[in-house]
Order: sequence, then C-alpha cells, then structure tokens
Amino acid sequence: MANVVSEPAKAPKTSKDWDMAAIAPFIALALLLVLGYFANPNFMTSANLLNVVTRSSFIAVIALGATYVITSGGLDLSVGAMLAFVASLMILFLNSGTIADPALALTAGMALAIAIGAACGLANGLITTIGRIEPFIATLGTMGIYRGLTTWLSQGGAITVRDRDIMALYRPVYSGSFVGVPIPIIVIFVTAAIAAFVLYRTRYGRHVTAVGSNEDVARYSGISINRVRTVTYVIQGLCVAVAVLLYVPRLGSTSATTGSFWELQAITAVVVGGTALRGGVGRIWGTICGAFILEIVGNIMLLSNFVSEYLIGAIQGAIIIIAMLVQRSLMRK
Amino acid sequence: MSSVEASPVVPLFEATGLSKTFGIIEVLKDININVRAGEVHAIIGENGAGKSTLMKIIAGNQPPTRGEMKIDGEVVTFSGPVDAEHRGIVLVHQEILLAPDLTVAQNIYLGRELHKGVFIDDRAMNEGAAKAVRDLGSDIDPNTIVSRLSIAQRQLVQIARVLLVPHRIVIFDEPTASLTPHETEALLKVIRQIRAKGVGVLYISHRLPEVKEIADRVTVLRDGRLVASHNTSEIQPADMARLMVGRDVAKLYPDRHAAAARETVLEVEQFNVPGYAQDASFQLKKGEILGFAGLVGAGRTELMEGMVGLRPSRGTVRHLGKPVNFRDVHASLKAGIVYLSEDRKGKGLLLTKDLIVNLTLASLSKFAGVLQIDRKRESAALDKAIHDFDIRTGRKDILAGQLSGGNQQKLLLAKMMLLDPSIVIIDEPTRGIDIGNKEQIYKFIANLAEEGRSIIVVSSEMPELIGICDRILVMRSGRIVGEVTGDHMNENEIVVLATGVTKGEAA
Repeated sequence: MANVVSEPAKAPKTSKDWDMAAIAPFIALALLLVLGYFANPNFMTSANLLNVVTRSSFIAVIALGATYVITSGGLDLSVGAMLAFVASLMILFLNSGTIADPALALTAGMALAIAIGAACGLANGLITTIGRIEPFIATLGTMGIYRGLTTWLSQGGAITVRDRDIMALYRPVYSGSFVGVPIPIIVIFVTAAIAAFVLYRTRYGRHVTAVGSNEDVARYSGISINRVRTVTYVIQGLCVAVAVLLYVPRLGSTSATTGSFWELQAITAVVVGGTALRGGVGRIWGTICGAFILEIVGNIMLLSNFVSEYLIGAIQGAIIIIAMLVQRSLMRK
Repeated sequence: MSSVEASPVVPLFEATGLSKTFGIIEVLKDININVRAGEVHAIIGENGAGKSTLMKIIAGNQPPTRGEMKIDGEVVTFSGPVDAEHRGIVLVHQEILLAPDLTVAQNIYLGRELHKGVFIDDRAMNEGAAKAVRDLGSDIDPNTIVSRLSIAQRQLVQIARVLLVPHRIVIFDEPTASLTPHETEALLKVIRQIRAKGVGVLYISHRLPEVKEIADRVTVLRDGRLVASHNTSEIQPADMARLMVGRDVAKLYPDRHAAAARETVLEVEQFNVPGYAQDASFQLKKGEILGFAGLVGAGRTELMEGMVGLRPSRGTVRHLGKPVNFRDVHASLKAGIVYLSEDRKGKGLLLTKDLIVNLTLASLSKFAGVLQIDRKRESAALDKAIHDFDIRTGRKDILAGQLSGGNQQKLLLAKMMLLDPSIVIIDEPTRGIDIGNKEQIYKFIANLAEEGRSIIVVSSEMPELIGICDRILVMRSGRIVGEVTGDHMNENEIVVLATGVTKGEAA
C-alpha cells in the first residue's frame, strides 16, 4: 500500500486512534500480568490475584464516579477525605445505639452512608456549578472540610465499631464470597456494569459526554449543563458511599488519615484507563482496568525484591504521568 | 540548477505535478500552479476540492506525496511551516489563532517580542502594532485585549501579525469569510498594496465577485484536480461558479410564493440584551422568511441568543400570543423555537463525535426507550437525515469534524429539524460554504417556510438575504434601524441603514 520510496508516512489514522486508546490499558494490564508471573511464582495464583482485585475495590468504585466527573469536564479532589468522613459518620451512628437490633442498625447505617455520600457529592456539585468555582478549587476546599471534620470527629484518633454483633454481621461484606468470588469483586463488576450502561446507553450518559466534549454545543442543544455536572458529583458521592460500605467491614475502623491520597489513585485509575482528563471521552472498563493496574503494580513490588515497597507512592505518581504521555501520543494523529 | 538566475520568465513560486494521497484517497492529483511576483492568483473550488490541502503543502504544513516545488526556479522541500516561512512563504489562516487574554500588540509580537536588554519593549511593540493595524485600514488600539475584539477585528490583527514576517508569498485562506463589505474592501486594498510591493499572493475564496475584483489569475480546482486556469479578465463569476460545480448554477435562490394575510407567530416588543441590543421590536409571521442584516457586531446574533435564552435579556416576547420568557435553550426548544449558531464548529456540532451523536443530541428524548437510547431508531434517523438533507459522506461512522463545511451545516440543520420546530433562527446559514451547498441550503430554508414554519435568517451576505427573504430588518449598533421590503430590498438601501451614512437617523 505505502510507497517504498516515499517518506515513512506518519500513519495518519483517523478512526483507528480511538480504538488504540481504548485497548492500550488492557495491553498494559496483560504485560503487567506477564511481568508478575516472572517476578514471583506466587503472583499467578488465584489466591493472590483474587486478593489483589479485592483490595483494588475501594479505588475501583471511587474511580467509577471519578470517570463521570472527569468525562463531563470536572474534577473531584475530595473523594479520599469524603470517604473518611462518610465512614466516620456511619460508624458513629452504629455506635450510637439508636437502633437496638444489629441487623436493622446496620441497614440504617448503610442507608445513612449512601445518603451522606450523595449529600457530600451534591455539595461539591452545587459549589462548582451554581457557585461557579473551578472544580479544582471547590473540591480542594471541600477536601479540607471533609478531612478536618473527620479529624475533629475522631479527635485525632480512631473511630471504631464497638458493637461486636454488628461487626460479625457486617464483616462478610468485605471478606465473604459468593460462589467462590469475593463480594467486593462482585460489587466492582456490578457497579461498573451499571456505570457503563448509564454512560453509554442512556440520555444522561450521552449528555455527560457532550458537556465534557464541548460545553457550548451542549448548551446550544438545550442541555442543562449545571444539572448534568451536578449529577456527576452526586454519582461520585454515591460511589464513595459504596466504597465506604466495603471499607468499614474490612477493619471496622477509621482514622484521620483514612483514604489519604485516594483522590490521586482514583484520578490515576481514570486516566490510565483512557478517559480524557479534558473531558468528553469516558471509558468505564478502562477505569476498572486502571484500578487493577495500580494495585497489581503494588503487589508485584511487594512480591519481588527489585524495588522497595516504600516507593509505591512514587511509582503510582510516575504511572499517572506516563499514562498522560501515552494518551497524548495516541490522541495525536 | 543554481546557475539559473531569477529572471522575469521564472515565476516566484512554481509547483509541478503536486499530488497528495491519504491512505487510498487521492485528495490532490497532478496540480501545476505558479505565482509570479506582483500578482494575485486566486484558487477557487468547492469545499473538498483540495484547496486547503494545496495551501497546506505550499505553506509547508504537509509534504506532498508526489511532485515538486520551486522558488526562483530552485527546487525546495519544506521541513515544516517555519521552514517555509524562512523562505518567505506565509499563510493567513482562516481560523483565528490568537491568545484571547493578551493585547493586540502582545499577540502581534507573540514569540518575537521586541526588547531592550532583558526588558520587553512595550512601547516599540505598541507603536509597531498600531502601525501594522493602521496599514490594514483599522484603528484598533494595540492595548486592547483580543477577547474584547469582534471576529472581524481579530482577523485583521491576525493578518497584521502574519505580515510582520518578511514575506515574498502570502497565502490568504478565505480571509473575508467573516468580514463585512466595508472590511472586505479595506482588506482588498491591503492586498493590492502587498501586490504592488512585488509580493506574490495566493488567494482562496468562495466569494467570486471578490475574486473577480482582486485577482489577476484564477485557478479552479474540482475533486482534487485542476480544471481550469484563466486570466481573471477573461472570465466572469458565473463561469467560475460553473467550473467549480461542474454544472450550471444559474439559479442560486429558490422561487418563493408570497402568501398574504398570515397569522403572527412571534411578537417581540422592547426587547433588550444588555450590552448588545436595545429596544428591539418586530413581528414574525407564519411561513415567513425574515432577514436580519447589519454589520458584524451590530447585535443581531446577541439579540437572537437573548430571545432563545442563551443570554440574559429583558423585554416581551409573545409566542402564538402567549408571553414567554425562556430561561435556557431547553425551554425555547420545547416551545418549538430553534437557533442554529453562526459558530458551527464551536457551538453547533461536537466535532470529535460521530454523526449519530450529533444528529440526535438536541432531541434525545425522542430516541429514549424505557431505559436506554434506541440505537436502531437513531441509525434510521441518520439514514433519513442523510437522504433528506443530502449530506455527502462516504461512511456513516466518521466524525462530524471530518465532514466538509457544507455538510456540517446540513447535519446541523438536520439535527435541529428533528425537533420539528415552528420557528427556525439560522445565523449565517452559508458562512464558509461553497456554491453547490449554498444553493441546497437556500432550497431547504425555502421548503421549511413552505411547510408553514417561520424562519429568521441572520446574515452578513446581503445578496443571500435579498435572494431568500420576504422582508429584511436592518440592525445598527444594537438597534433595529429599519425594514426593507419588496423593491426596496437592494444592497444600497440596506447598506445605508446598516452603516447610517445618511442624514435622517434617529438612533
């Protein structure tokens, strides 16, 4: 096809780029699995892999919400602090003894967590849309607020579920499994499936993409930009709440540092997954893939002796930069 | 080769056998073209004819697949636009490429700031910029922030910026697309000055009378081939149009039947869009095509945007007798009033999304099933739109940005017609669109009126308003200053109203 004599054509692919950007994270994941296999024989065991994926569930679920926010052209830095805040309030409610029956108390506590998560997200959304404050600044502010309130609630220490009956009832939500699959993994895939359906198949999802792609076009097409954006933050809040529901039964405790730097990890997972940080292109399954990649990198570092595990943060920081570079080189024709 | 000195017979620039293929698509085939010193050579052709690709190759943005280029008889290859610029070939882009937050002077000198030691020499740059814009017949203050300028003013700044580079060949890519007649005249004067200095000018335009006026030679491209090259004195605009389209386009404007005694569908009274339009009052009748003429910046676009809820506004609008006050576009769409922006690429279409997403974006509720969007119905709607509006696209899965300007406008029209509106407001319906597509769009507009819809056309092209409208309102400085109908619908009367050059003006 190409003339041998002519300059090496820079392959101005048009629609093919799109596919490449979507596939890239999965190729990266496959390469990591191969690397892990050679790094340590224990890596490729189902016990280890299930464990790794289970541990990625918090970031994965939070990152699903972040995919919505980022696709619509926003950003939410408050998710880590929000998780700590919502979890603390949930535990305080469980400890308050308002409801005597453990099962009932737990159900009410979970419902409360969902409601608070949604409310926190709504607050973020309204500040950025109605308040017209840059999402970066708005959520930097609420990050401080949620984190500060958590520290105040815990008086700098930890908040722990005191009721053993409740904990006994609740613990399986994180450590239990259903037909051999750990429940957090099921939660990841169910929430991702819902998120993918909404983003790709519904009017709202189409609106999210349109708003992120070009705000003016969306506005001139009769789409309420503020409403679409605000709802993405509410979705983010709900996703944080779901992560809380998985997080609390794991240790039954929160502290002032719970969820630190999780916003960085969530945004990294989203970007690694191929979602454009400038908005307009959202990839739900890419995000899940990105969350797995982050956790697997950490796991390989632990299992192998190449790199100190204390460098995990540095490696994750490097990954987001590399992901952006790759994304840009794929976007360019 | 180097022994051949530049002589009168050797053109300043010459290209032979230029071809360009993308994949298997040949967008340019064996183009031979030259520019002599001190002449204006116009390149005309429909969108997709290959004009832009040809210009990009000459300006060094893209290498040709085959063929060679010579400057002063010497074969040259360009490593990029900067290389071409060093050799004296500069390009005035069609799009505005300025930093909106910087001043006029800062933009003109961006990347080549004048300095005294380590300090930037603002005074010298302001003076240089003032002179540069004055040379273009404008009095823009070089300290103005670019975002405060109108599109036309920005374009002049952009031209001033390009002309600051030492140049031997200047390429203008549709420079008058968004200029008023007055501004166009000023620009043509500038181009004549450039020509008089012995510079070669390549001039791309859709506006054939203007080509006739400015160019010494004209070359016509069609489907990537050179179909004709003439001295402009030997050829009339009508012949140019025929060569471009490959058939007769004697009748650009459709026939209109003026029906009498129609009901009023829209009454606007004392309508204000703060900062842009004051005390606008007018009526729109069923099945009528109402034109809005005026200079760029007269407030026509802002008035329309205010009416459909895109801008804050005050005043009364009665739709079918009922007072309405649209808070956002959603509300106006629901009432059956659609507005098609003049800024197709920026506000009309999602260029990086496919045709279906664009087509159904404003009317998604019609495609919603119980939970999800019905993709089959969407796909059927696209097929229908492609058929009804004659959208020329090889494939249905391409991105909207890959369509030509004319086809983008048809897609935008199709998108808004899915809402089945009773009132259609179209802003600059044919800006940047070639003759063949223009003719079609005029026909669509006439058909919409025939179907009983009411149309408002905002346009800076007076012949087009005169050709398709029943009535024309003229705006100047934010006010409606007059109405022309019947025999009075001619360019003279409109220009008088639009510029206010006669005595008895009230505003």
